[in-house]
Amino acid sequence: MNNQILFALAVMLTSATIALAVEPDEMLADPALEARAREVSQQLRCVVCQNQDIDSSNAGIARDMRVLVRERIVAGDSNSEVLDAMVVRYGNYVLLRPPFNTLTYALWVAPLALLLLAASIGITVIRQARRTHEQPDELTTEEENALRSVIDTQLPTESRQ
Amino acid sequence: MKRLLFATPVLVALVFGAFFLWGLNPERDPNTIPSVLISRPAPVFTLPEVAGTGVPGFSRDNLEGNDAPVIVNIFASWCVPCRAEHAVLTRLVAEEGVQLFGINYQDEPEDALRWLNELGNPYARIGSDIDGRVALDWGLTGVPETFIVGPDGTVLYKHVGPVLGDAALRDFTTALAQARQAGMS
Repeated sequence: MNNQILFALAVMLTSATIALAVEPDEMLADPALEARAREVSQQLRCVVCQNQDIDSSNAGIARDMRVLVRERIVAGDSNSEVLDAMVVRYGNYVLLRPPFNTLTYALWVAPLALLLLAASIGITVIRQARRTHEQPDELTTEEENALRSVIDTQLPTESRQ
Repeated sequence: MKRLLFATPVLVALVFGAFFLWGLNPERDPNTIPSVLISRPAPVFTLPEVAGTGVPGFSRDNLEGNDAPVIVNIFASWCVPCRAEHAVLTRLVAEEGVQLFGINYQDEPEDALRWLNELGNPYARIGSDIDGRVALDWGLTGVPETFIVGPDGTVLYKHVGPVLGDAALRDFTTALAQARQAGMS
C-alpha cells in the first residue's frame, strides 16, 4: 500500500521535472522535422541560463531561438547550417560542444598533453628508482685486493676455552 | 636532463599560479559572454515604427553613412533596468549630442508608447521588434543591451545590461569617444 503511494508520488514528481519546455504551439507538424529540431536544439546553449540547452529551457530567449531553429529547418537548412546560423549570432559560445579549431586546440589537446607529461615524469622517476636496485658494478682489482687483505687478516685469537 | 626534471615542478607551479592569478582577478567577470558582433557589420534588418511615438522605425541602411557613431539600445517597457537606464541615455543624448536609436523588444506598441510618454523619448528612431527576431540577429542575451555603431555600419562596442554605475558609464563614454575619434580620422 505504502509502496503504491510512493510509486505514484515518484511518477508525479519525475514527470513534473521532465515536463518539456517545448510548447505545443512551437512544434512542427512533420515529426521528422520536429525530431531534427529537437536534436539541433539540444546542441545549442541557452544564452541566459548558460548551462542548459535551449530544448529544455523555459527562458523567453530560448523559446525564440527554438522557433528560429524550426523556421530554418522548415526553410530547408541542414542541421549544421542551422547551427552555423546560431554561431553567426552568438559565436561558438552557443554550441554546447565546442568545435575543434585553432581557438580550441588548447581546450581539446590540454588534457591529453597533461596526461602524457604526467606519465613521462612518472616513468622517468620509476626507472631511475629501479636503476639503483640493479647489480652494482664489479669490484676493481684494487678494491678486491683491499677486501681480500681485510678478510685474510687473522682475527686476534681470543682465548679458546 | 636531471636539472630539467627538477625544474618541472617549479614550471608547473608557475603556470598554475599564473592561471589562478588570472582567474582571481576581481575585474574579470566570468559571466560575460563574448560578443561576435564587435568589429563586424551590423545585421541586416528592417523594423517598423512604434505607432504614436512620432519617430520613424529604422533598418540597416539607417546605420550606414551617418557622420558620427550611433548608439543602438535594445529596450522594453516591461524591463525594469531599462527604466533606470533611460535617464542615463537621455543625458547622453543631451550632453554628447549623440544619435540614439531604439529597438523596442517584444513589447506591445501601446505599452511602449505609454512608457515613453511617461519618461520622455530620447530616441531619434525606434523600431518595433515584437517577435524579438531582430534582437536575436544582434545576439541579444537580455534586455537592455546597448551598441555603438560606427558611421560605416560596423558594430564597435557592446554593453550587456543597463549602462548604470560609474564603471559601466566610464567604459561606455570612453568607447564612444574612441568611436568618434576613429570616425574623424
